[in-house]
Amino acid sequence: MADSNMGKRPAGSGFNGTRKKGGRGHGPGGKMMPGEKAKDFKGTMKKLMGYLAPHKFALIAVFIFAIASTVFNIISPTILGNATDKVVEGLMSGTGIDFTGLFHILMVLLGMYGLCLLFGALQGWIMADVSQTVIYELRDAMSKKLDRLPLKYFDRQTHGEIQSRMVNDIETVNQTLSLSLTQMITSFTTIIGILIMMLRISVIMTVTALVVLPLSMLVIKLVVSRSQGHFKNQQKYLGYVNGHVEEMYTGHDIVKAFNREKESREVFDAYNDKLCESGWKSQFLSGIMMPVTMLIGNLAYVAVCLLGGYLAINGKVSIGDIQAFIQYVRSFNQPISQVANVANQLQSTAAAAERVFELLEEEEEVDLEKTPVCQIAPEEVRGKVAFDHVSFGYDADETVINDFSFTAEPGQRVAIVGPTGAGKTTIVKLLMRFYELNGGCIRVDDHDIRDFSRADLRQMFGMVLQDTWLNSGTIRENIRYGRRDATDEEVEAAAKAAHIDHFIRTQPKGYDMEINEEANNISQGQKQLLTIARALLADTPIMILDEATSSVDTRTEALIQKAMATLMQGRTSFIIAHRLSTIKDADHILVMNHGDIIEQGTHESLLAQNGFYTNLYNSQFAE
Amino acid sequence: MRTVFKYYKSYIPLIVGILAFLFGQAMCELALPGYMSDIINNGIVKGDMDYIWKIGMIMILVSCGSVVCSIVSSYLSARTAAGSARKIRGALFDKVTDFSAAELSEFSTASLITRSTNDVQMVQQTTVMTLRLACFAPIMGIGAVIKALRTSVSLSWTVGVALAVIVVIMLMSFFLVLPKFKVLQEKLDRINLIMKERLTGLLVIRAFTTEKTEERRFDDANEELKKINMFVNRAMSFMMPALMFVMNGVSILIIWAGAHLVDSQSLMIGDMLAYLQYAMHVIMSFLYITMMFIMLPRAAVSMQRIGKVLDVEPRIEDPAEPKTLQQPKGEICFDHVSFAYPDADEKTLDDISFTAKPGQTTAIIGSTGSGKSTVLNLIPRFYDVTEGAVKMDGVDIRDITQEELRERIGYVPQKGVLFSGTIASNLQYGKEDATCDEMIEAAETAQAMEFIKTKEHGLDEEVAQGGTNVSGGQKQRLSIARALVKKANVYLFDDSFSALDFKTDQALRKALKEKVGDSTIIIVAQRINTVLDADQIVVMDEGHMAGIGTHEELMKSCEVYKEIALSQLSEEELERGRK
Repeated sequence: MADSNMGKRPAGSGFNGTRKKGGRGHGPGGKMMPGEKAKDFKGTMKKLMGYLAPHKFALIAVFIFAIASTVFNIISPTILGNATDKVVEGLMSGTGIDFTGLFHILMVLLGMYGLCLLFGALQGWIMADVSQTVIYELRDAMSKKLDRLPLKYFDRQTHGEIQSRMVNDIETVNQTLSLSLTQMITSFTTIIGILIMMLRISVIMTVTALVVLPLSMLVIKLVVSRSQGHFKNQQKYLGYVNGHVEEMYTGHDIVKAFNREKESREVFDAYNDKLCESGWKSQFLSGIMMPVTMLIGNLAYVAVCLLGGYLAINGKVSIGDIQAFIQYVRSFNQPISQVANVANQLQSTAAAAERVFELLEEEEEVDLEKTPVCQIAPEEVRGKVAFDHVSFGYDADETVINDFSFTAEPGQRVAIVGPTGAGKTTIVKLLMRFYELNGGCIRVDDHDIRDFSRADLRQMFGMVLQDTWLNSGTIRENIRYGRRDATDEEVEAAAKAAHIDHFIRTQPKGYDMEINEEANNISQGQKQLLTIARALLADTPIMILDEATSSVDTRTEALIQKAMATLMQGRTSFIIAHRLSTIKDADHILVMNHGDIIEQGTHESLLAQNGFYTNLYNSQFAE
Repeated sequence: MRTVFKYYKSYIPLIVGILAFLFGQAMCELALPGYMSDIINNGIVKGDMDYIWKIGMIMILVSCGSVVCSIVSSYLSARTAAGSARKIRGALFDKVTDFSAAELSEFSTASLITRSTNDVQMVQQTTVMTLRLACFAPIMGIGAVIKALRTSVSLSWTVGVALAVIVVIMLMSFFLVLPKFKVLQEKLDRINLIMKERLTGLLVIRAFTTEKTEERRFDDANEELKKINMFVNRAMSFMMPALMFVMNGVSILIIWAGAHLVDSQSLMIGDMLAYLQYAMHVIMSFLYITMMFIMLPRAAVSMQRIGKVLDVEPRIEDPAEPKTLQQPKGEICFDHVSFAYPDADEKTLDDISFTAKPGQTTAIIGSTGSGKSTVLNLIPRFYDVTEGAVKMDGVDIRDITQEELRERIGYVPQKGVLFSGTIASNLQYGKEDATCDEMIEAAETAQAMEFIKTKEHGLDEEVAQGGTNVSGGQKQRLSIARALVKKANVYLFDDSFSALDFKTDQALRKALKEKVGDSTIIIVAQRINTVLDADQIVVMDEGHMAGIGTHEELMKSCEVYKEIALSQLSEEELERGRK
């Protein structure tokens, strides 16, 4: 057994430490922070067990190996003590040491250490397999779930939160599965085993050693409760400092333009001072915990030495026994603090796992399994789109679209106009069945869109959004996103039609140029053209376009307009329009305000109404 | 690095103290096995109970001494680490505050934030670890070696063997496992990236029904992560038992070899047991030192990153003997100004000359990359000109203090940056003692009152960090109001109307004319509507001035302007617009 007086070993031992970086831990003493608690600890654990169930044989093996390796670990000090006794015996009796006997004992001991190593490694090996498989399955389940959740869910949750569940929470569960679980088994076995072994050597010595235990618990509790406040403060002020730094750096020009450098420094200094104070206090308190418990441990050590010495003189115990006993006392503290740690860890694991399961159990989109009533091949769709008394609200009690009816004939251009935030994209989202209607229905070619499978329905629509989403991957891959089985020639033809072919060819690797993670190695305008090419390649009967308001230089702008015109040719198209030229060319205009369609008609008829549209139109130029 | 170490200078006495107490602690702890050996050799073997008591008491005293030393050094190192971190953090913040836009973009804001927060935190943690562990382990290790050698020279080979085996294990893990940790992080990043893309591209993915492709892409990454995780976990599950085995093995060796020495009367039995403990100390110290070698490089990287920021000298400084503006009016004059970004080969601006007069609106238009925002950024001295001069009321702006210059300017950035607090506190950023009426007036001019009224708490509505709870258009209007509260001589609008719809844009410009008509107004714009009625329009094209004049003049004389205008509006609309 490793016997160390250094006492600075972080719980869980150094080497695992490297693995623990990241996650939710915050520096030294992070383990002292109270973990968050799960709402339903039992239920969550049961579900987690469900994932472990298929591996039950492997887990049983892990249990057996873990216990076996611990048992050998516990017995070995006694045997080492026997070896010492052999030496002492030989010395005392004056007959010389029985080296054959000693060799025999030491070989047994070596064998036991060997088995200990073997079982320990085997146990870890199997557990690594089990835990990683389970984690893989959990991630996989979440990945699949993501595509089955209705858009509504994503309106409620921030991306950061969903991502945190998929990464941080899973990582927490991972830590527990690969470390804490076996740690718990070995800790419990060790505690029980050591107790038995100590009692076997001497009851009175055991009692003496154990008296110390509650004392050290008490001290730990005292220090923890003291330092907790400082730790909380440290986190709090660290948050303040980081927040202030982030704000001031991002608003650097504002701070300068308004001459507020001095004020900003004062705020920072105040936070920084507080952070420093709570920092050293929490650091100090967590720092003294080890030496203080160590002192108590040493007291036990001395007491055992004294009592052992007394008993040894009276011949009640042997020197080897004392040696073994000291080792036991030394190794008793660690599993106890480990059990306390694991209990904490289990709590935060349950909390993390709960968030994972929450996501997995979210309500899925309706009719996901329903077999579609109606199937039309995309090339046979004519492109008639009808809204029939449609009403809709993002929340059940708040209707944003009221009894809306309108029919777009095949090949028509429909412009949707309105001030910012009028809900123009809502119509589009309903068309593609991203949301379910509250009432009425939408028909494509006289079929209710709910009669199609979602995949079939969406394959009828092409989409060019202002939010130009591109993958990190090559340009070719990104265009091919429109149709996976398109040939290289088709991809390039689409690029040509979208007036982006020339640009692509002038890039370092042409069509194989990688778009980087932030997609900032090509300009906004080019991105727009790429998404148009993507939509062109998809060659769908119905198009949905969102005209860009964002800053694009004049020449690219002209290209985009030309490309969009190509895109709309011969297709029913819905355009969220910002440009008058587009609006005027439209066959039908829907005017929206505050999420409602308030006027509709052609440009002329709307102007004639002299209503909201006229107002909107004139506002651009009126002086 | 050296720049950072400077901040530890005042802590040298404390650090010396820490070393002294660590030394004391090590001495105390190393004394214990010796006493134990005495108890065995002279007490138990000879049956002398009084002796056992006496030594026992000494051992308790020594233990207490060790704890006292440890607590004191813990206290000192906590103070040192937190205090030096405070100084470094403060120095960084001061430095970055003094930076001009040039230095800021050199590092990027995100990187500066990490350097001021995470990197400092890392350095602080490492400082504690170093002071308590890296300093302690060698003292302890060397002490234990000396003690062990004193106890028995002939047993020293056992520890040597153990260390050799440990070195092999460590080297193996260095070369086999450690690199995998890096790969592991990369795979984790990849999972993160794919997740992020799937979330941001949700609509597109569903629209193109490529869910399956995305799932496959994720699955590949997931599979890879699983494999590498398994490898690392397996390797780790072998490491710990292996190290234990080495330590246990060495005790067998010591007993076997020790027994022979005891038998030949050259070693006492108690000494053999003490030796066992010294050996463990040596091995543990060695392990700690290797661990520090893993930790320290990471901290060194952080230190270098911090040092790089601290080493930069801000380029823009106040003049030694600043002039003052007498009766400022706010006339801005560009006098043959050229500008190139530091380290750039080409000039961003080339020979720009124009004068923006008080009471007039000067608009700057051009395509992206034409340098129009750069023109604006030169006025509050976010950057300094490379050639020529920018003058305010005839005085070169480099001859007055930055504070005085900026006092005259109301600046509205492209992105509406707000600070956490309330709407009122944000408006008061323009003028510290602005009254409620002043704020309302500014907000009304900025067309912000309309939505402020709809907020539950009105002006006292909370603004979250980064202004996440207000929309883009609202942010822009608030940052316009913030500048207006200041009542400046010069107003700079850097494409500040882009997130507003045409109607609001128009109403705002009208109100501006009424309220701050006597000030100099300079507007950078993309939209032609925004500039139509400006008193003069400066047309930028690839860093040059392509033309200057009113809308009508430019439509006749300036090709670039005409092209921009026609791309946004038809001829007929342009005609109509002027009427």
